[in-house]
Amino acid sequence: MSANMVALAYLVASVFFILALKGLSSPESARRGNLFGMVGMAIAVATTLTLTQNWVLILSCIAVGGIIGAIVAQRVQMTAMPELVAFMHSLVGLAAVFIAIAAVNNPVSFGLPETLPAGSKLELFLGTFIGAMTWSGSVIAFLKLSGRMSGTPVVFTGQHMINLLLAIIMIGFGLWFFFTETTNWTAFIAMTAIAFILGFLIIIPIGGADMPVVISMLNSYSGWAAAGIGFSLGNPMLIIAGSLVGSSGAILSYIMCKAMNRPFLSVILGGFGSDGGTVAADSSGEQKTYRSGSAEDAAFLMGNADSVIIVPGYGLAVARAQHAVKELAEMLHEKGVNVRFAIHPVAGRMPGHMNVLLAEAEIPYEQVLEMEEINSDFANTDVVLVLGANDVVNPAANVPGSPIYGMPILDAHKARTVMVVKRSMAVGYAGLDNDLFYMDKTMMIFGDAKKVVENMVKAV
Amino acid sequence: MVGEIDPVIINLTVFVLAIFVGYHVVWNVTPALHTPLMSVTNAISGIILVGAMLAAGPAETDWGVWLGAAAVTLAAINVFGGFLVSQRMLEMFKKKDKKGNV
Repeated sequence: MSANMVALAYLVASVFFILALKGLSSPESARRGNLFGMVGMAIAVATTLTLTQNWVLILSCIAVGGIIGAIVAQRVQMTAMPELVAFMHSLVGLAAVFIAIAAVNNPVSFGLPETLPAGSKLELFLGTFIGAMTWSGSVIAFLKLSGRMSGTPVVFTGQHMINLLLAIIMIGFGLWFFFTETTNWTAFIAMTAIAFILGFLIIIPIGGADMPVVISMLNSYSGWAAAGIGFSLGNPMLIIAGSLVGSSGAILSYIMCKAMNRPFLSVILGGFGSDGGTVAADSSGEQKTYRSGSAEDAAFLMGNADSVIIVPGYGLAVARAQHAVKELAEMLHEKGVNVRFAIHPVAGRMPGHMNVLLAEAEIPYEQVLEMEEINSDFANTDVVLVLGANDVVNPAANVPGSPIYGMPILDAHKARTVMVVKRSMAVGYAGLDNDLFYMDKTMMIFGDAKKVVENMVKAV
Repeated sequence: MVGEIDPVIINLTVFVLAIFVGYHVVWNVTPALHTPLMSVTNAISGIILVGAMLAAGPAETDWGVWLGAAAVTLAAINVFGGFLVSQRMLEMFKKKDKKGNV
């Protein structure tokens, strides 16, 4: 294949990638969009294959990876999507590092001159360190999300200074690599190693509920890593695909930060909520009282209501209660109750997490509404059922001076009756007490979300 | 203007324009599909597979080729895993009629 033909095929593939993302603008066109993505990838891979010689090796590696990927995709629980996505980000990062090392080792196989020109060195440096940070950062995110590592922020004094120092040293090695005429392996490896360490250190202080931002940010990084490699190889398709992913992740991070009303930098610097215990303690000068009830009481109230809004949160995912919830919604629906779901943008551990769980339980997506769509309806709603959510319904967000002041919340407190299913009175991620729980019209139902909802289903 | 344009500049042009395209396309993605968006973009960032294939491509086999082969495997997990899990998720977002048959 001539170079021009290759370039044209790559252009076609790039267009398919854009169409893939465009398809996601509505659930109806989304599956076709995904298909476009696959077609684009097939064109890209088939075209690249003509440029290589080790077909057997390459195809068997693709087959092995493909089978692993297919099995993982088939088996993964929907509640475990955040972990899976973090895991896959880490793979992109590691692959980027491997490619960059291979390119430094043998530039000719990538169509680069024998001695790397300065520009390529800079690009390889960027691709490598973004890739390395993506890998180690994603590994930490994966460990935290899958519960193999505690979700509480790991903080120590001088943390940010150490990170800054390491970053400067890393850039120093990068410059050394850049300015040495021959291939400076020492500098390159040292730089890569520091980038790996930095990735770990940057993610450990970030706590569990900030994971939607972290995972979006790492999504963005994995795109930039691909784009960086695209620059090194002078391959516009990699640049286009990488930039699409990079900007997608950046936009998601922005949306998540906005939904928490926190600056991106403060999320990334981490440590939020780690001193939460004290905040909760000093506000409880007098013992506040709350009302607790049983699942049966709650079921009775909901059965007699005209309208019910269910607010799911991370607790729903942990308890895997989505199927029980669907049954409850269906039974209420049969009784003539108008049941809807209200989704806060940061509910769960990744953007759109709740929507996928509810879709898995076959709850029609017309009943699942975003915050802006439903917030004005709470005031006219008989019963709100909060399932494993806390900070996103905390009216403290409307009180100036509160740490979460200004965060957009679901106005659950405006409903006529509020029911909260929760394991205990423990504070949420922000470390704040939630006044919603102490309101006269609120009933607390303690227990595992799934068991409670199952009991409700029996009682309706 | 004197002389040829450095390919880096052309790549930079592509880069900047692609970011604009990405920006506009992604803002149109419905929030309900943000999780599938992440898994699709995950699969697309598996495009790094192309770079990995080039690394594994040369006929004379040295350790760089093996590193490339490892990268091919990793990227392939991403591509297949990403697209297939997206497909699985998006199947769930199908409209269901009242009788329950899809």
